[in-house]
Amino acid sequence: MELEVVVFYAFAAVTVGTSVLVVAQGNPVYSVMLLIASFGGLAGLYVLLDAPFTAVTQIIIYAGAIMVLFLFTVMLLNVPREDVAEAGHGHALNPPGARRLGITLTAALLLELGWAAWHVSTRQSGSLSAVPPGDVSSVNQIGRVLFTEYALPFEVTSILILVAMVGAIVLARREPPVSRP
Amino acid sequence: MITLNHYLVLSAVLFTIGTAGVFLRRNFITVLLSVEIMLNAVNLTFIAAARQFATVDGQIIVLFVVTVAAAEAAVGLALVIALFRHRETLNPGAFTSLKW
Repeated sequence: MELEVVVFYAFAAVTVGTSVLVVAQGNPVYSVMLLIASFGGLAGLYVLLDAPFTAVTQIIIYAGAIMVLFLFTVMLLNVPREDVAEAGHGHALNPPGARRLGITLTAALLLELGWAAWHVSTRQSGSLSAVPPGDVSSVNQIGRVLFTEYALPFEVTSILILVAMVGAIVLARREPPVSRP
Repeated sequence: MITLNHYLVLSAVLFTIGTAGVFLRRNFITVLLSVEIMLNAVNLTFIAAARQFATVDGQIIVLFVVTVAAAEAAVGLALVIALFRHRETLNPGAFTSLKW
């Protein structure tokens, strides 16, 4: 077996396994830690896809900043466990009509997935490493395209960040006591 | 031999895990984490497609997706903090005042 195949399946197994555990176990602190491991696996896959810049971005921004924000909130709120006793009651999917609709949608989704998987297995494309990479992995080229072709979306992103910052402060702020003159 | 299809199938599996988490979990923080899993599944598709067609556009769009994810996490967690202050719980079933 080639090295590329082994590395792909190793990283894919890490990513899928930790993602399943994120959803499957009850303690949010462990969920956040496992999601960081999942992002590590994804970063490995990005390196395999000749995208080292995105892999580093993934580690620094996702694992380093966003997950720390999540961890900070989990520890600030101090609610480590999902309330198991409440789980059955007040579930949005409990009414029988909603359940029937959900089962229908799930069946449609699974049918679609099976159809897609069947198509994938019959139509074989060439190996990715056979495609010439061009300048995909060049940070120079990414910067050039980002600041010329995608300059407007880039600037709009800064407005989005500003709005999110103001929104987060307004939402999380404690209401000041009303002072009467 | 690893083809584009391998990455697309892996991405579909990750997206399904994220969707299941959003619908099955009864904790706002885990629901937000599941949304992050879904965003990352889409990112993997972008990077794999960019590699297949030998362009950098996929990586740039992933950069934007990461930015939007950061904004979403900030606002979502602020909402979680405000809701927790209101009811002392993170179970979505406890916030049904607007339910018809």
